[in-house]
Amino acid sequence: MTQVPVIEAKHLDLTFQTNDGPVQALRDVTLEISKGDFVSFIGPSGCGKTTFLRCIAALEEPTGGQLTVNGMSPEAARKARAYGYVFQAAGLYPWRTIAGNIKLPLEIMGFSKTEQVERVEKVLELVDLSGFGKKFPWQLSGGMQQRASIARALAFDADILLMDEPFGALDEIVRDHLNEELLKLWARTEKTIGFVTHSIPEAVYLSTKIVVMSPRPGRITDVIESPLPKERPLDIRDTPEFLEIAHRVREGLRAGHAYD
Amino acid sequence: MKRLVFPVVVVVAAILAFWYAACVPMNIKFALMTAERQGAVVSPEGMITRRDMSPFVLAAKNPAQWSDTWVQDKPRLPAPHQVVTELWAQTMQVAPTSKRSLVFHGWITLSATLLGFAIGSGLGVLLAVGIVHSRAMDMSVMPWAIASQTIPILAIAPMIIVVLSSIGLQGLVPKAVISAYLSFFPVVVGMVKGLRSPSPMDLDLVKTWSATKAQTFWKLRLPASAPYLFASLKIGVASSLVGTIVGELPSGTGQGLGFRLLSGSYYGQTVQIWSALFATAILAACLVAIIGLMERGVLKRMGLG
Repeated sequence: MTQVPVIEAKHLDLTFQTNDGPVQALRDVTLEISKGDFVSFIGPSGCGKTTFLRCIAALEEPTGGQLTVNGMSPEAARKARAYGYVFQAAGLYPWRTIAGNIKLPLEIMGFSKTEQVERVEKVLELVDLSGFGKKFPWQLSGGMQQRASIARALAFDADILLMDEPFGALDEIVRDHLNEELLKLWARTEKTIGFVTHSIPEAVYLSTKIVVMSPRPGRITDVIESPLPKERPLDIRDTPEFLEIAHRVREGLRAGHAYD
Repeated sequence: MKRLVFPVVVVVAAILAFWYAACVPMNIKFALMTAERQGAVVSPEGMITRRDMSPFVLAAKNPAQWSDTWVQDKPRLPAPHQVVTELWAQTMQVAPTSKRSLVFHGWITLSATLLGFAIGSGLGVLLAVGIVHSRAMDMSVMPWAIASQTIPILAIAPMIIVVLSSIGLQGLVPKAVISAYLSFFPVVVGMVKGLRSPSPMDLDLVKTWSATKAQTFWKLRLPASAPYLFASLKIGVASSLVGTIVGELPSGTGQGLGFRLLSGSYYGQTVQIWSALFATAILAACLVAIIGLMERGVLKRMGLG
């Protein structure tokens, strides 16, 4: 794997001006994400993990430091379709079918009709939803809806997939299943994935790199390179290596809380 | 469905029973006067004695005259069957082009209502689009839209008629203008709410695809507003009809359901007033029902039904 930084943050700061005075959401965040990495951001609420992801997506603007995506500004990277974004809720339009929803970004980006159909078929197959294109979102379970929203983010072939607690609203059984599917998808597509989560097992199971963050102000306390192999069956979670990383993540989270 | 028939029949029967009962005290004095002149014994005797008595007391004392309260030519309150007979006579037993036909007057009112509703709802949608996309418009237009609805329409309608007739506009257009004046407001309010209904997450999502404002409007805001639009169109079309009726009162064209209401009250033709009133209500119900059918059709096609 080549070590070209896809996302590079240097001393990133972000301060929100609120009615209660300024709130520092990110302080001095320095991080490099290489092509093909699966990076998880973990930390308690308010640690800036979502904010950092939104900065990469140019949905928030940092107030200090430097941030590049594919060597460009986040704004330019977005226009160049560098990333697909998956939110915590599926956010499918109820008035569009599953296929119609996946087509939506393609319509906006001006793909031809035939290409739209082809791409929809392809990504539906990728998330194991072939044959569900004509269904409306309410006809699908929560897990299937979230898979459809991942398909939508994949439809226009962005290299980077940004996921903000995509499985946070799902129950643990569905979540395990989707985590497994996501790893397979990642292996097949070789995307770079940024993944925000609350769950230590989820972060350790999925990631090649775990970024531990802590709040007030939001900052990185630890970056863990996972020694786990790329091939990960679900029962890898009972191995000593897995538990050791989980332990280190937990330590990192605790350290972040040490002085508040 | 079968379980619904019984309560519906009970409610209708209760309304009719109340109505017939109300006719008795309302019309009893005239019934007693007529009966006394024809030689019947009523209690108490003499019009002067009865003048200041409570109609309820009179009704209680003279049960024999109750039936006379339901068949008078110019009752204070006509009985339901009188209104129905009049409606039937004025729609089915006269040519629809005749000036005595409620179909003729109804069409006059309907055409002005439809034109007014088209103008009003079109304007309402345009204003809502402007308000949602421009903060300046939000701040400058919305207060005036609200203020416009606080003015009693009865006060402003004659002025609109006079002003428009001075520039040569008479008949359909002034009524349609008043009708539009009433109907644009619910559409503005509903559409603004509807166009703003997408969540911040929905808006962030289209932003990640670098969608333009126009794309966001056509693909997200507009379809999201459809359920709101139909709800406000239903209110709008009913207001439109009210606007047209009010416009017909001072317009002096001698046509339309509003004119029928007015002329009925000039000549004490209460049965005519009530039949025009019912014709108006039926028309309004039909218009709302048509919008309801359109709503069902559209929302079903959108997968929202």
